[in-house]
Amino acid sequence: MLAFVLRRFLGAIPTLFVIITASFFMMRLAPGGPFNLDRPLDPTVMENLNRIFHLDEPLWSQYLRYLGNLLTGDFGPSFVYRDFSVGDLFANGLPVSLQLGAGAILLALVVGVAMGVYAALRQNSLADYLVVATASIGTTVPTFVVAPLLSLVFGVWLGWLPAGGWGDGAILNKILPIVTLALPQIAVIARLTRGATIEALRSDHVRTARAYGLPARSVVITHTLRASILPVVSYLGPAAAALVTGSIVVETIFGIPGIGRFFVQSALNRDYTLVMGTVVVIAIFVVVFNMIVDLLYAWLDPRVRLD
Amino acid sequence: MSVTETAAPLPAASKGRSLWQDAWRRLRRNRAAVASAVVLALVTVLAVVGPSLTPHAYDAVYANYVRVPASLEPYPRAEEIEPELRATLRRARVEVGAVVIEDGIARAALTSTGEIDPRITRYVERSNLFTNAAVVDIAPDQRSATLTADVQQVRFYLGTDGNGRDMLARILVATRISLAIGILATAVALLIGVTYGAAAGYFGGRIDGVMMRIVDVLYSLPFVFFVIMLVVFFGRNFVLMFIAVGAIEWLDMARIVRGQTLALKRREFVQAAEALGVDNVGILKRHIIPNTLGPVVIYMTLMVPRVIILESFLSFLGLGVQEPLTSLGVLIAEGARNIEGATWLLVWPALALALVLFSLNFLGDGLRDALDPKDR
Amino acid sequence: MTEPVLSVSGLHVRFDTPDGDVHAVKGVSFAVARGETVAIVGESGSGKSQTMMALMGLLASNGRAEGSARYRDRELVGLPLKALNTIRGSKITMIFQEPMTSLDPLYRVGRQIAEPLIHHRGLSRAAAKARVIELLHLVGIPEPERRMRSYPHELSGGQRQRVMIAMALANEPDVLIADEPTTALDVTIQAQILDLLAELKARLGMAIVFITHDLSIVRRFADRVVVMKSGEVVEEGAVATLFAAPAHPYTRMLLAAEPTGRKAPPPDTAPVLLEGRNVEVAFKLGGGFLSGPPVVLKAVDGVTVRLVRGQTIGIVGESGSGKSTLGRALLRLNHGTGQIRFEHYDISHADRRAMRQHRRELQLVFQDPFGSLSPRLTVGQIVTEGLLVHEPQLSGAERDRRAVAAMEEVGLDPATRNRYPHEFSGGQRQRIAIARAIILKPKVVVLDEPTSALDRSVQKQIVDLLRDLQARYGLSYLFISHDLAVVRAIADHILVMKSGKVVEAGPTEAIFDAPQHPYTRTLMAAALGHHPEPARAPRLA
Repeated sequence: MLAFVLRRFLGAIPTLFVIITASFFMMRLAPGGPFNLDRPLDPTVMENLNRIFHLDEPLWSQYLRYLGNLLTGDFGPSFVYRDFSVGDLFANGLPVSLQLGAGAILLALVVGVAMGVYAALRQNSLADYLVVATASIGTTVPTFVVAPLLSLVFGVWLGWLPAGGWGDGAILNKILPIVTLALPQIAVIARLTRGATIEALRSDHVRTARAYGLPARSVVITHTLRASILPVVSYLGPAAAALVTGSIVVETIFGIPGIGRFFVQSALNRDYTLVMGTVVVIAIFVVVFNMIVDLLYAWLDPRVRLD
Repeated sequence: MSVTETAAPLPAASKGRSLWQDAWRRLRRNRAAVASAVVLALVTVLAVVGPSLTPHAYDAVYANYVRVPASLEPYPRAEEIEPELRATLRRARVEVGAVVIEDGIARAALTSTGEIDPRITRYVERSNLFTNAAVVDIAPDQRSATLTADVQQVRFYLGTDGNGRDMLARILVATRISLAIGILATAVALLIGVTYGAAAGYFGGRIDGVMMRIVDVLYSLPFVFFVIMLVVFFGRNFVLMFIAVGAIEWLDMARIVRGQTLALKRREFVQAAEALGVDNVGILKRHIIPNTLGPVVIYMTLMVPRVIILESFLSFLGLGVQEPLTSLGVLIAEGARNIEGATWLLVWPALALALVLFSLNFLGDGLRDALDPKDR
Repeated sequence: MTEPVLSVSGLHVRFDTPDGDVHAVKGVSFAVARGETVAIVGESGSGKSQTMMALMGLLASNGRAEGSARYRDRELVGLPLKALNTIRGSKITMIFQEPMTSLDPLYRVGRQIAEPLIHHRGLSRAAAKARVIELLHLVGIPEPERRMRSYPHELSGGQRQRVMIAMALANEPDVLIADEPTTALDVTIQAQILDLLAELKARLGMAIVFITHDLSIVRRFADRVVVMKSGEVVEEGAVATLFAAPAHPYTRMLLAAEPTGRKAPPPDTAPVLLEGRNVEVAFKLGGGFLSGPPVVLKAVDGVTVRLVRGQTIGIVGESGSGKSTLGRALLRLNHGTGQIRFEHYDISHADRRAMRQHRRELQLVFQDPFGSLSPRLTVGQIVTEGLLVHEPQLSGAERDRRAVAAMEEVGLDPATRNRYPHEFSGGQRQRIAIARAIILKPKVVVLDEPTSALDRSVQKQIVDLLRDLQARYGLSYLFISHDLAVVRAIADHILVMKSGKVVEAGPTEAIFDAPQHPYTRTLMAAALGHHPEPARAPRLA
């Protein structure tokens, strides 16, 4: 297994390299820069700034410098949040996004799998139709609709929960964002689980288990559940990577200081280092989560070998 | 062999049921899918012709009616007309007696210490509320008269936005834009994806490996970044929107088509065609393309709603279409900023988007069940 | 006859389908005595499996059972699940056709055998483990301690079926229901499994209900036979009497359905049509970055074949022997190497374009009549596709005429030419595939297991059709099959293949009467039921 992990990391290096390179040059070739936004700066100030941030050097040497710094774990200073380094920004924001993302994944897994299995066991009953309908709503209505509506209903009209804000990580403040993040995932997971469970229930080996008089509980738990979460596991890799790296919609609407907002803001502000940092962090999460998924999958399904 | 000799009539051939006809029959039996198709057709017609039927242009600004709630009653409200009329006439330095408002016409009895100048109607018309003001029934001493004016009544069934623009008109225009982007971007994705995927799958081997590796790398680029870059490069415009979205969505399509092509290439009927000596074009035309069509159609109907969400999402971030043009995502973003005071700004566009997305999804699900009955 | 352990009377099974009610089993009655082996015989769709599924409570959710099926004095039809679960897996057990899918791929086989032990007998894990080892030993799996830790995919098909048998025997049942337990296996494995079942039965004395479509198995294995057709029992009786004097016409038809007749070899003067020397086909497995050099697997390893006009060469062998790959290589449909000549052309290196001119004379018919026809084309289009390539000057009307002629030739109603493949039965589809091949008037047809997916009675018709066409047009066949009975009836020359090599070749009669190679002998013994080693426990108790 260790060899597998190592090989996967080695295999990810070229991909990461391509992503970093492509993003770096794409970002730099875009018109505009970090310091020529609303009011034009004094030319000498501009020149100084450019020198401090090495923007006066040729592009390739900036690129090499960036790669070199990256290898030492240095993401560089932020161009726009002047007093912070990109590393600081992530150190502050990432834990927030991680908490929300992890909470959402857990919630989605528990509720989604339960709903999917329940619906599959009662296929074509009212309960099944309800689950399918709920799942359709969950997948169709986008987060940026759900988030303000939840905030409106529970925050403004009912006043049960704070309509927004982080509140230094108070539990109550986390509920709405986590639910918002989890809802579409619940829908997808319920759908996947339901489909896989129905298929597993029809499979020959479940017929064998029933033919051997095993109780219904054991047929479901032992012989179908494991097979039915396999597709969920493969789905969760990329989904989890996206969740823990923050959601701009949720962070904007609920006013949460995560890292999801960095991406759009920094790209529009040409905050080069912050954009690159975000790209790198997301890519690493994707690689790591995909690997976790592969390990999990191989653990769940002995037919899959790690190589 | 001569053709004319064998003139014996061929036996009449009975009609077969093709898989497409089977699918069509199944689709028509699916009530949710049929209902969705009807709703979708209605929404499309409304989005196309609706904006020209509504009384207000989508970009017309009614400064008097900023952020008024949705209502079936016309604006201005009856109780607002009189004070407004009195206020305007006070500026004209006349005394106002009884004011009667009937059938959209306001009548005010005027008295004055001096002569009443008929030109005071200008004061009245300066207000957005009144038109066709006239001074009638002027008393012989010219100290009292009656002023009549048509009250300009407007209705905002879904309220107005922060700039005083009619939400109904804006939602209709936004739906039009969203649908257009959905369809155009899907077409772009279809074109790139099918060509790329079919080529990779059909040539196979090393070419396939390289082509799919490119797709993998593009996949791992965060898509928001990709779109932002495109927006940064080319500025924000409508055409670019759907190219950008289509340019991202084609990846999935390419994978699906490639998988299908590879699977079909291994099927025995393709091998049978090869054994008959059929060339590449014939195999693609008669065996591969007709059999990939099903999954492509299914995927396409499910892609349109995804594209619409994507576009709305970008508009929500402020990267989408520009004012005064609008899309559902823009409207929802605006609504989300105003939930404390003006819920209709969020509720109506959200409902419109949900309606479109639902009917598209149910139609797509219905198509999938119809074309691929094994999936059930 | 002692009192029956299992008695079925007036059993009906119905299925609700979108196209209406399907009445699959119509009032079936039969009884199984203690320690008796009863074979239920019928072709696909006769309701033989559904009868057993009904009494085991395993019908699909849209199925309903009515009537009576009793285990000793317990009524099984309508028995609540809890009560049923005390019987199935303990008193009545079942093994299935597909050993591939009948075991849960996610658990070790030891655990799966132990499950019913723990559940029905309340054994501890350790006791269950000891019993599993004992059972695996009983069913002849070597190294049971190690094998019980294997996952199903790590076992061969035969071993998996042995595991299923171990599971079935775990609780010493009174009745073992075997639903086509050998159909998915190679003939030699099939023989081993049958021997094992017979031996275990002799030792343990349970009754066996054996569901099969294969009459040759029945004769060797069963005490009594129940013949089913379209959901009804048409005949029932002791094996000896039924085989000697079948009463019902359907039974007679089934018994006569084994392909008969022999083919005379072509005259010595017949010209050589297709010849392959030293044909090799290799596949590379694995290989790539960080995983070492690829493994080269020779699917066909230095085979030489010579087909003369009017000859039928039967290529026999078990799955994986390379016989299909050889057939494709001779038609230059894969990347085989070696010298291949067709008539006076050397086609060893012909590419697709160069081969096109020969394609009309070298045709291919596949095993799976469901996969080899394009699902979105009409039968007329499928049959005439070759004409588009080789006689592009034909008009649409003329092509239609040729389609009608070809369909008549293979015994299909030409009025159905605008229908789609999914509207035809398996046998009809195979006729369509044959029509597609012969419409071009080919010289050589490679038939890749053309009868394996079909019922016996349909097989016989297809064999008759092929023989008829051969006589009429002087065709030469390369007949690839694992079914020796069919090969014996149609081929005049035989190649026996094993692991990519030809182990024996010769005239049909010689091979069948005096097989030389040990592998050929086991193959013959397994398929035709005469055992090479006579010292064997008596099979029928």
